[in-house]
Parts: sequence; C-alpha cells; structure tokens
Amino acid sequence: MCGTCGCSDADGVRLNPEPAAGSVPVRTIALERQVLAKNDVLAAKNRIWLREKGILAINLMSSPGAGKTTLLENTLRELGSTIPIGVIEGDQETLLDSNRLRAAGCRAVQINTGAGCHLDAGAVGEALTSLDPPDGSVVFVENVGNLVCPALFDLGEHRRVVIASITEGEDKPLKYPHMFQAAHLVLLNKIDLLPYLDYDVAGFSGNARIANPSVDVVPVSATRDTGLEGWHEWLRANLTQVLTA
Amino acid sequence: MHELGITQSIVDAVLDAIEEPRITRLQLEIGKLSGVVPDSVRFCFDLVASGTALDGARLDIVEPPGRGACRSCGHTCEFDDPIVLCPCGSADVQVRSGRELKITAVDVG
Repeated sequence: MCGTCGCSDADGVRLNPEPAAGSVPVRTIALERQVLAKNDVLAAKNRIWLREKGILAINLMSSPGAGKTTLLENTLRELGSTIPIGVIEGDQETLLDSNRLRAAGCRAVQINTGAGCHLDAGAVGEALTSLDPPDGSVVFVENVGNLVCPALFDLGEHRRVVIASITEGEDKPLKYPHMFQAAHLVLLNKIDLLPYLDYDVAGFSGNARIANPSVDVVPVSATRDTGLEGWHEWLRANLTQVLTA
Repeated sequence: MHELGITQSIVDAVLDAIEEPRITRLQLEIGKLSGVVPDSVRFCFDLVASGTALDGARLDIVEPPGRGACRSCGHTCEFDDPIVLCPCGSADVQVRSGRELKITAVDVG
C-alpha cells in the first residue's frame, strides 16, 4: 500500500490483460454462506418441533461396540415405566438394534445410512415424524458408531452424550477431541471388566477434561447395572429442564 | 469420511445461490479446528461438481488458524491442534476462531 495516502492495496499493481475476443469477463461474487447451513436449518426445525411437544432429545455417540444399545436396553428397564422413551437408531445396515429395542418394549425407528457415516438433521426430522413420540417423553438418537463424523452434525438434539468403554483405551479423548468437545456428558462403560484390564479410569477422565474442561465423566457398567444412578439422575434433571423451559 | 457429504452440501449451496451457467472458481474457508480435512474436500470436489455449473472450477481453500484466550491466565494463543493447551498448562481456552466452515466467494463468467 502507498505509505503516503493508502492509494493501493497489498497486492500492488496488477496487469489486467484485454479479455480474449468473445470471452465473458470474470466477476467475483461474495457469498458468506455457512457450509452446514442447510443441516442447521433442519436441526433448528427439529428443535422447535421437540420444544412444542416438551420432548428431551439426546444424541448418543460412540465408537462401534461401546455399548450404546445395551445402555438403552438397561435405561428402558430402569426408567421405562416412569418416563416414555423412544429411540431413533442409526446404523449403516440392518434392523438389529431397532429390533432389540422393540423387544425391550420401546418405540423405535431405524435409519439405515448405507454408505453414510453419520446421521443428519433431515433424516432425524423424518424419523421423529415416523416415531411420533408422546409429549413429555425422552427420545434417544443412537448415532452411527463412529467417533469422528457425528460430532459435526447438529440434529436438533438438546444434549449430546458420548459413551466410551474401557476396552478402547484411555487415550481416546486425545485422539478424537472433536467428539469429546461436543459432549455434555461422558459415560465410561464396561467398568465390570476393570479386574481383567490394565486401565486407568482417572487417566481417562483427565484426558476427557483436556479435550473438554467442563465435561462430567460417569463410570458405568450397562450389563452389570453399576453406577447408573448418576446417569438416571442426569436424565431426570435434563427432562425437567426441558419441560420447564 | 464426512467430507463427501460436506462437499455435496457446498456444491448444493453454491448452485442454489448462483444461477450462472458457469462458475470458474470457488473459495472456501475451512478453519484448522473445524474437523474437516481440506485435502479430502478437494478429493471429493471434482466428483461432486461433475456435470454442474461448477464442473472444472478452481477450488481455493483458506485455512484460518485456531485462536483463543486462556480463561485461567488470560493469555491469547494460536494453535492448529484441536487439543488446545495454553502455555500455562490450562486446557480451559475459549476458542475465538479456527472453526470456520464457510463458502466465501465464487468467480463466474
């Protein structure tokens, strides 16, 4: 830029050659659009729909096999008689998980993403309509098992819960920080296996707080019914918050 | 590999906004902390843009660095890693930039 009057810019003098005969001059159009705007608009619609019905929606995320479906089966057994619960299941293929949850006595809709590695707000919106959950209920969205992609997509949920399991190692929050940064709560599952594994629970919690300083970590075993009081308490408190909001 | 879906969203958003027959350049901002890999977007772009007004367009990606302020000591720092640690040792850093995921401009004609 000219130091005296500021008459040029940082690129200095540029030569703009005569356009070739018949060519159309190039125009630059500023856009300033968020890449995920379309998903975010659909997520906001889901959020409004949920608020009108007083429904708490929880996005459950984990790697494959961490115990999301087992935790949901346990939660249904423990709370299903007092809180209406519905589930939207996301998997690339099969109806296995929605069948498991229906067998446990809950309304469940399966989304098969095919090649897709995450759920998006559009698919969840359609699934919510199909599930038709009653007012004042809790809807769990069991995302595709994957610690990377689901972290980026707002589904319109109120809370995001990440399930880690002790067979995965203490370092996962450091290796997959986006997922742990997105979490409101982390459940550390399969603690019944602690006697058989060399696992540092405090080390995991420390790593989770490096990724997300405000996150709570609750150690549980969904198969052995251990430590789940804290999870149930958290669910009830969050449902109350949504119903009174 | 969420980048394929994200690249599809980018192309859809541009084609929704711009009704020109030919778009020659697309500029994006993908922050270092956004969780999206620019090289993967480049890989997917030609495939997704094929047969649209963006077919053959040049893809320019600006990658803003992560910037934030430590809530413990107030220090302002730059970081390109999603694990944010202030030199004072605190992980409690308020991220101010680096999460951008935006379409900023196109060239047409």
